[in-house]
Amino acid sequence: MNSQLLAVALTFLTTILLAIPFGKYIAKIYGGQKTLLDPIFTPIEKLIFRFSGINASKQMNWKQHLKAMLTINFLWFFLGMFLLMNQGWLPFNPDGNPSMSPDLAFNTAISFLINCNLQHYSGETGMSYFIQIFFVTFLQFVSAATGLALAAMIFKSLSPKKQEDKDAENENKIGYLRGLGNFYNYFLKSCTRILLPLSVVVAAILLFNGTPMNTEGKDQFTSLEGDTVNVSRGPAAAMIAIKHIGTNGGGYFGANSAHPLENPNFLTNTVEIIAQMIIPLAMIFALGYFINRKKLSWMIFSVMTIGFLLLTIPTILTEIGGNPAISRMGINQSAGAMEGKEVRFGTPASAYWSIATTVISTGSVNAMHDSTMPLSGMMQMLAMMTNAFYGGCGVGILNFYIYIIIAVFISGLMVGRTPEFMGKKVEAREVKIAMIVALFHPFLILVGTALASYGIMNIKDIAWLNNPGFHGFSEMLYEYTSSAANNGSGFEGLGDNTPWWNISTGIVLIMGRFIPIIGPLAIAGLLANKKEIPESAGTLKTDTSTFGLMIFAVIFLITALSFFPALTLGPIAEYFTLYK
Amino acid sequence: MKTNLLPAVKLTVLALIILCVIYPATIWGIAQFVPNKGKGETVLKNGKVVGYKRIGQKFTQDKYFNSRPSAVAYNAAGSAGSNKGPSNPDYLIEVQARIDTFLVHNPTVNKADIPAELVTASGSGLDPNLSPDGAKIQIARIAKIRNLSVDDLNKLVDDHTEKPFLGPQVVNVLEINLAVEKLRAFGPRASSFRATGFRASSLKQ
Repeated sequence: MNSQLLAVALTFLTTILLAIPFGKYIAKIYGGQKTLLDPIFTPIEKLIFRFSGINASKQMNWKQHLKAMLTINFLWFFLGMFLLMNQGWLPFNPDGNPSMSPDLAFNTAISFLINCNLQHYSGETGMSYFIQIFFVTFLQFVSAATGLALAAMIFKSLSPKKQEDKDAENENKIGYLRGLGNFYNYFLKSCTRILLPLSVVVAAILLFNGTPMNTEGKDQFTSLEGDTVNVSRGPAAAMIAIKHIGTNGGGYFGANSAHPLENPNFLTNTVEIIAQMIIPLAMIFALGYFINRKKLSWMIFSVMTIGFLLLTIPTILTEIGGNPAISRMGINQSAGAMEGKEVRFGTPASAYWSIATTVISTGSVNAMHDSTMPLSGMMQMLAMMTNAFYGGCGVGILNFYIYIIIAVFISGLMVGRTPEFMGKKVEAREVKIAMIVALFHPFLILVGTALASYGIMNIKDIAWLNNPGFHGFSEMLYEYTSSAANNGSGFEGLGDNTPWWNISTGIVLIMGRFIPIIGPLAIAGLLANKKEIPESAGTLKTDTSTFGLMIFAVIFLITALSFFPALTLGPIAEYFTLYK
Repeated sequence: MKTNLLPAVKLTVLALIILCVIYPATIWGIAQFVPNKGKGETVLKNGKVVGYKRIGQKFTQDKYFNSRPSAVAYNAAGSAGSNKGPSNPDYLIEVQARIDTFLVHNPTVNKADIPAELVTASGSGLDPNLSPDGAKIQIARIAKIRNLSVDDLNKLVDDHTEKPFLGPQVVNVLEINLAVEKLRAFGPRASSFRATGFRASSLKQ
């Protein structure tokens, strides 16, 4: 057990050590500087832009970014719906899986479009190989690249105005909005230079450890005991790589990364967990390199890491402790709580994964969260409820940005000064947007759970839940939390392929993605156009540990006040029934 | 919207070519260099496929090392965990039943020594492994049925224990069961010579 704990600690350290240089690389890419892969990708990118009629050096303001992003996302949504509802007759369907029902297709199309990957189907029976590649893999790349491109725009908005910005501003004062880079340029480079190279590396490691990448359908054999067994396979390695690199998390197989072909051994488990954390961590450092304020990066990193450890450590300890109910039966729990876990990963690595996957928005699992202990379940939910520690590909920075704005505002009030961030005044409009975004998250989760609970209590024929009592409530709470946080993991016992869950979580998914994107974009756009105030002795310093503490307090207060009552009804109540 | 739509369509088409044709084709190309060309590693017995190395199999007969309980009965056409909550009363009754069944089949075993994995279902329902403890606790039963020595079987488990760097030690259930059948083919004496006599001495040197 000790060596497994050491493995977890080393995994985390390795991730950080890889993320720092990778962050520098990302900053260079968005800054248009020379990098190693230029000879390969520059000509390809030029060709793509020429064919698409895009001028990649044209500067776009924040509204143009938003329009370009929404248009292309709209297009992908219709493409996705079409593919899912017609997979039955489309090619590469060796297992003969049927087309999806409209409500399931709606939920699935949205869920992959927005980088959530909530899955109300099971990969083996619900998707053809064609869909796994042209729908799933495609959206896993482009949805991650969308988040990264928008984060790049935020980076740009935080960098000081250049002389040409000031000149342009003076020329046409009224209604001028500052150019903040080009969306298509950021988007394509995120795909080709960040996501693709990493995915190839991860996919190759998976292949050599036993993950399949084939086009033949199910195989059949007779087992040693004489049973006839079918084995699902398919083009899995390519998809599983980007599933983690892009913090998507949608499994190729139903059991996600608990499946022995999706995650064959302890080494691949380590690689997959590093793969899903590397970009969110690297983005924090990329910000520091991009705007040349490394201290700010370290402040953000520290706040996030403290939050992450506060969630991770109790979870690992709880899971190692095992299930007290089984312990009372006289069974030794020295291996920890093994229900829903795989022997080859063990409890510490599974517990670590369960928090990593929920703080960042991956949502892939290597153990079943529904079967974890009540406190672990609560930590997993809290990770998604705060939704600000590391976060998904690009959007993690966007979420955290909201908390920075609120913390700047509150600190400003406390010391009696006009709040400023990066030399720009933060005023009523920005704070209103930030508050709406911050409070919309608990609103979506709590209203959704309340409606579903009402349904359970008052409509007789409903049988969604796999577990009775407090744990059943947790299943519903988890589903909406996961949807609003765009996470995609689940307490999978919930019978969620019904019109109610498909449509209601579908709506929560859209709002949970686009409101936290539009809000920070608008704030960043508004701030970018304000006059720069030179730094003085009266400026509130935002890269200090005091300010870091302030941000942490804001996150804690918003989360605790919003969610504590709901958590009491679910995991906390279950805890007291279990640990008598 | 209009100014963005045409570039968006064209960019999408090109992205589809790169991400959904060139990228998977590259990975498929790499797959041609791995064991069984990326179709999944198979396990053979007398030249016939009897299973996949990574996919767990149902073993409930007493003469084999039994695999863990599974929510999908090791039907690898799908995969799932039980998703039972830790306090679910029905689930706890099920666990109690598994303990009782195990004790019936392994009467010499002390209940406190049963590793948790043998009475809990895995996350995938296809767990191919047991811990070394999970295998060793079944040795007394298998030795009796197959008329093998306990030492031989202990040795067999040790030989089949994989020790990944810092990760948990595991035993592949399918592979150890194939090996157990071979032990039997040698007969008790031959196998005892092979396993304890020959190998132990070579280890000592």
